[in-house]
Amino acid sequence: MNELAITVIGRDRPGIVADVAEVLAGLGANLTDSTMTRLRGHFAMTLICVGPAAADVEAAFAPLAADGHLLATVRVVTPDGANEPAGEPYVLAVHGADRMGIVAAMTRVLADAGGNVTDLSTRLTGSLYVVVAEVELPPGSSDEVAGRLTRAAAELGVGVSLRPADTDLL
Amino acid sequence: MTGQEYAGLGGWTPEKLGVAGEVRPVVAAPEPVLSRPGPEVDPTSAEVVRLAADLVATMRVSPGCVGLAAPQVGVSAQVFAVDVTGHPKAVTVHGTFVLCNARVVEASRWKAGREGCMSVPDLTGDVKRASRLVVEGMLPGSGEPVRLVTDGFEARALQHEIDHCAGLLFLDQVAGAHAVYQRKVYL
Repeated sequence: MNELAITVIGRDRPGIVADVAEVLAGLGANLTDSTMTRLRGHFAMTLICVGPAAADVEAAFAPLAADGHLLATVRVVTPDGANEPAGEPYVLAVHGADRMGIVAAMTRVLADAGGNVTDLSTRLTGSLYVVVAEVELPPGSSDEVAGRLTRAAAELGVGVSLRPADTDLL
Repeated sequence: MTGQEYAGLGGWTPEKLGVAGEVRPVVAAPEPVLSRPGPEVDPTSAEVVRLAADLVATMRVSPGCVGLAAPQVGVSAQVFAVDVTGHPKAVTVHGTFVLCNARVVEASRWKAGREGCMSVPDLTGDVKRASRLVVEGMLPGSGEPVRLVTDGFEARALQHEIDHCAGLLFLDQVAGAHAVYQRKVYL
């Protein structure tokens, strides 16, 4: 059984998700994990599906991309299931005046500490830049990481917070 | 908020049910019973008393479990157990109790929080819940009506369990398309 990683990006319009899902359903592809959003007005979707051959999916997507407004890519990936959690879950929030290198500097701090970014979004509105990331940190490292993030943020002139993404089990 | 004191719940213990509870298996989504609204029950019936005792027994052996509703043990009914004793986020705590046919009569001070559920073991989600809550229900066994005024974590637990009785999971209440997450920590 093939596992495929697919990206679809392009000019947003109503019906893209339905079109993509219909193509996959028509090929007998099981759409497993997916995420879709609009990035500054551009449609952006990434998904994993299981089933057909990559070439068949590429051929079936061709009419969707024919007008030049959508780009679809299909790649075979190695199925390895969900990753084991690497550490303790935290939410990182950064906000401040937009400038080059905010994401690079802050995520480098996380990487150097052995942290893994599991979700990330950035938004620029006017001059305000906002980064929100879900990260897994090595157990017991959060105080030190928070200190390094604070120093990196001070150099960039932005604000930063790191808080546990603790879940209430009910 | 009325600030009115609850009646009848003070001093209630599971031992008052008069039957020893048995641990039942907990069912997980997509088991259909979790998506079906449960009917109201007769809180004085022997069947409901046994169910109440079983919910308490099952809750007590489940690590981290602060609430358990009848649909989670495969029974479509408006009965649930709650006990947030000792939880670090709990402010008002009423100990262990079971309520039948419970409904929210007042809710205010809505706050978002991330929830997990024994019946959805691999996912969590951000859900907005009232942090001040008034709930009315009936005690199993005596059938005595009670009015419960609570807040914070106990209020969140009550809303989660009342939702279960209505056939709703936290997945039905999440804040948005990007408010569901892979669960990262298991007890």
